[in-house]
Amino acid sequence: MSLGLVIGLALAYISLLFFIAWWIDKRSAEGKKLITDNPYVYALSMAVYCTAWTFFGSVGRAATGGLSFLAIYLGPTLFMPIWYMLLRKLVLISKNQHITSIADFISARYGKSPVLAVIVTFLAVFGIVPYISLQLKAITFGINTLTHFGEKAPAISLNLLADSGFWVMIAMAIFTAVFGTRKLDPNERHEGMVAAIAFESIVKLLVFLAVGIFVTFFIFNGPNDLFARALTHPQTARLLTFEDASVAPMVWNMLCLLSLLAIIVLPRQFHISVVENTSARHIPRAMWVFPLYLLLINIFVFPLALAGKMLFDPAVNPDTYVLSLPMSQGANWIAILVFIGGFSAATSMVVVEATSLSIMFSNHIVVPLMIKSRMWTTEHRLVDGAARLLDIRRICILVVLALSYWYGHAVGHNLDLVSVGLISFTAVAQLAPALIGGLYWKRPTGSGALAGLLVGFFVWAFCLPLPNMAQAGILPADFIENGLFGIESLKPNALFGLEGLDPITHAAFWSLLLNSLVFGVMSVFTQPSTLTLTQADIFVNIHKYVNGQEAEILKREAKVTDLETILNRFLGDNRTAVLFNEYETANNISLRDQKIARADFVNYAETHLAGAIGAASARLVMDSVVKEEVITLNEVMSILQQTKEAVDHSRLMESKNEELKELTRRLTEANEQLKHLDSLKADFVTTVTHELRTPVTSIKSLSRIILDYNDELSEVQRSEYLSIIAAESDRISRLINQVLDIGKIQSQSDSLQLREISLADLIVRAVSGIRPLCQEKNVDLALSEQFNWYKTDTKSTVTVMADADKLMQVVINLLSNAMKFCNPHNGRIEVDMRVQDRMAYVAIRDNGEGIHPSRQDIIFEKFTQLHSREQGKPLGTGLGLYISRLIVEKHAGSLIVVSEPGEGATFEFSLPVC
Amino acid sequence: MNPDKKQGRILVVDDEPSIVTAIEFLLMRIGCIVDKAYNGLQALELAVEHQPDVVILDVMMPGMDGFETSTQIRNIAALENTRIIFLTAKGADRDKQTGYAKGAEYYMVKPFDNDELVTVVKEILTYG
Repeated sequence: MSLGLVIGLALAYISLLFFIAWWIDKRSAEGKKLITDNPYVYALSMAVYCTAWTFFGSVGRAATGGLSFLAIYLGPTLFMPIWYMLLRKLVLISKNQHITSIADFISARYGKSPVLAVIVTFLAVFGIVPYISLQLKAITFGINTLTHFGEKAPAISLNLLADSGFWVMIAMAIFTAVFGTRKLDPNERHEGMVAAIAFESIVKLLVFLAVGIFVTFFIFNGPNDLFARALTHPQTARLLTFEDASVAPMVWNMLCLLSLLAIIVLPRQFHISVVENTSARHIPRAMWVFPLYLLLINIFVFPLALAGKMLFDPAVNPDTYVLSLPMSQGANWIAILVFIGGFSAATSMVVVEATSLSIMFSNHIVVPLMIKSRMWTTEHRLVDGAARLLDIRRICILVVLALSYWYGHAVGHNLDLVSVGLISFTAVAQLAPALIGGLYWKRPTGSGALAGLLVGFFVWAFCLPLPNMAQAGILPADFIENGLFGIESLKPNALFGLEGLDPITHAAFWSLLLNSLVFGVMSVFTQPSTLTLTQADIFVNIHKYVNGQEAEILKREAKVTDLETILNRFLGDNRTAVLFNEYETANNISLRDQKIARADFVNYAETHLAGAIGAASARLVMDSVVKEEVITLNEVMSILQQTKEAVDHSRLMESKNEELKELTRRLTEANEQLKHLDSLKADFVTTVTHELRTPVTSIKSLSRIILDYNDELSEVQRSEYLSIIAAESDRISRLINQVLDIGKIQSQSDSLQLREISLADLIVRAVSGIRPLCQEKNVDLALSEQFNWYKTDTKSTVTVMADADKLMQVVINLLSNAMKFCNPHNGRIEVDMRVQDRMAYVAIRDNGEGIHPSRQDIIFEKFTQLHSREQGKPLGTGLGLYISRLIVEKHAGSLIVVSEPGEGATFEFSLPVC
Repeated sequence: MNPDKKQGRILVVDDEPSIVTAIEFLLMRIGCIVDKAYNGLQALELAVEHQPDVVILDVMMPGMDGFETSTQIRNIAALENTRIIFLTAKGADRDKQTGYAKGAEYYMVKPFDNDELVTVVKEILTYG
């Protein structure tokens, strides 16, 4: 087959693509309904995932590794729910933020960081350039297979102009430059290009199905025949058993994971499924159409691999089977179709990838440099910023493709298709932690993302491309065998001693693990900037913002004319006018009347500018005209701090106020108590005075009588008066002692002399002390049986902690009261004791007239005395029971009286048993 | 006959027997007839019975106190001419005012002076 024919066909095909893209763009410009606003077109364009690698390499892989090729397609299919969730969120955020690429997305998420954008761009370029070179190689390889079938493949020409691959690269650069940069769209949409990509997806699917059907049904007699023959063929029998087809679970899982991540973070996938997405409503349908596409395009991979194995010499490269199979049967027209299919797969990939990379490259590297170098300041009037931007894009595309071409020649020629693809997958997978982490977790910081990316990137570079380059002779190769710096654990294929994995799985494992770890740890230990916090909130809670809420943290203003100038430069006059009109209509204001634009218009302008040059660059440009600087983190922190302090302060005041109120209340209470105490004291003094005056009155009067009228007095009178004087004197001294007692007991200073004493013993002593008086008055003083039992039974000795003297005072007081009030004719007093619930109870019972219930409380108060009907006023101070109760209560006990009038009275005190 | 002697009937009311004993001696010395009561009720009974010229009344007594007893006495028409002397440990001015308001002739604070008491009683008996 002649080279001219093949080149001609390829050019004809590219012309068809040109036409489709041009026609769609024309329709779009005429305002007709977009053909791309359709879920099937959206899903088909996603099939840009299937590259020349799918087209040729899958068969090659299946021929050598059995079913393992499926992992790349199973990943996205199996994780479809996750993919759906992620994609939906990505699309919503990107529409809200006018995201132009994955680098823009990550940069926007982390405070519109220019550094991150640059790093992501470089990472993408490093990761993708080999992949693009692979596509170029596939095309060259297809041309060579077609033109030199059955011959030895020609040596790679050193003459650029003689190399078909060079011309292929140039043709692709032109196509991409024309349709990937036809206009500067604020949303970075390229309907024509997307339509052409969707068309290409249909072409590659149909061609692959056609060649599959041809081989299965025309070379063989259907799948049954093919598989039956494969079972008996020595070359293929092993492929059909799990022995050969099975892959280590770790490898399999890692491939699934890598492909899942790749379908999200591959720049072309991100571009097609996120940036070019016209409506989030298309996502659900694409979620089943796309896997179905993957299933269809893979259905004949295995039959083709088996057929190739059976029909060809093992020396034939399995990657050529798809082309060689029809050619070997003389079906050249099918082979040409296959070439067109493979060409189509390669071009679609290259076009989208190059577009995406050029957007990143121009927005994040070239434009910032130009802004920094003042090429865009107001002094330098440029004719048309938009046109210039597009030129930059075009140059970028050319650079990217040239790089790829160079890489393919310098390094890539000794690698198979799949390996290069997977190396790329692993590289771009490094973007996943920062991307996905930032979608669901607010904490990650720019530093965390940057550190994670760099670590992942270096591990990837060290484990995959560097050894390849070493093998290609570009680098010294000894570090592969001996480890970096001769350190055993730094071998690129067995990092930290992890051996037994293939290089891809190994590199993916370490790079993703370390990337995620560093990303997480750094994020936790660094502070996010203000803008990162705002953006994090928008990204994580995008649904909130989609429903109309706007982030209102940035308070900025700028001159309307300045903003207009900037927008004119970057978007062109027409687009700027449209934007101004839209804003004025939506907000019902006239911008020209306002000199200073408010924050929301500044944001509006920046967002649309970001659509053209990326968030980070837009921010840089805006900063040159925006008057009020962004509130710095420190300022926000200090505002927060002040607020917090104010809150704390008012809380403090509140609590102080409460404390004051409480203090006032307690003071008032204390004052009341003092007043009460004071009046009690006054009462007490009055009472004591009164109680003193009475005996003093008697003493004074009677002693005076004896002095003045001694001779008038009879002997009986004199001795009566004298004994009254003596008794009243006793009464005074007793009163004084008891008042002093009360003072001592009430004051804390006089603490009790507590000792362990036997209660029964103490009572016995008190009883024997008072017994003579009882006998004098003919009162029967008895101890109960129970008391005697406690007294005699040594095992049940009741011990209490008590001040023996004070307690004795209580018992004697109670006994003498009982003696005073018991029946004057046949008086009887009984002492009883019992123990219950660790309390000892001592009861002293008399058989007097008893105490009326209404008086039972009063008798324990100061200076109250009961009058016996028979005896009139008893001798006493009225302080005895008061003091007794005080003493008992000081011992943590209580003193009560139980009595019914006429039934006698029982005074019972209790003490805790120790 | 001692010129100091005055005929008269005196009721002494105090819950302290020793004080009653002392006053009884002092008044009997000057020729008075002395009735003794140890609380308010007893005092009223004896007052109605004997219609004394003078009642020497303690204030702080259990049951009916001196002021109340005084009020009761003043309400009895038959005792219109009976004079009342308070003899009490309550020495505050407020108590004195209360005492005079209750219709007392004289208010004396304990401990009293024997001679003063006798003089007051004599004067009341002489001049009404």
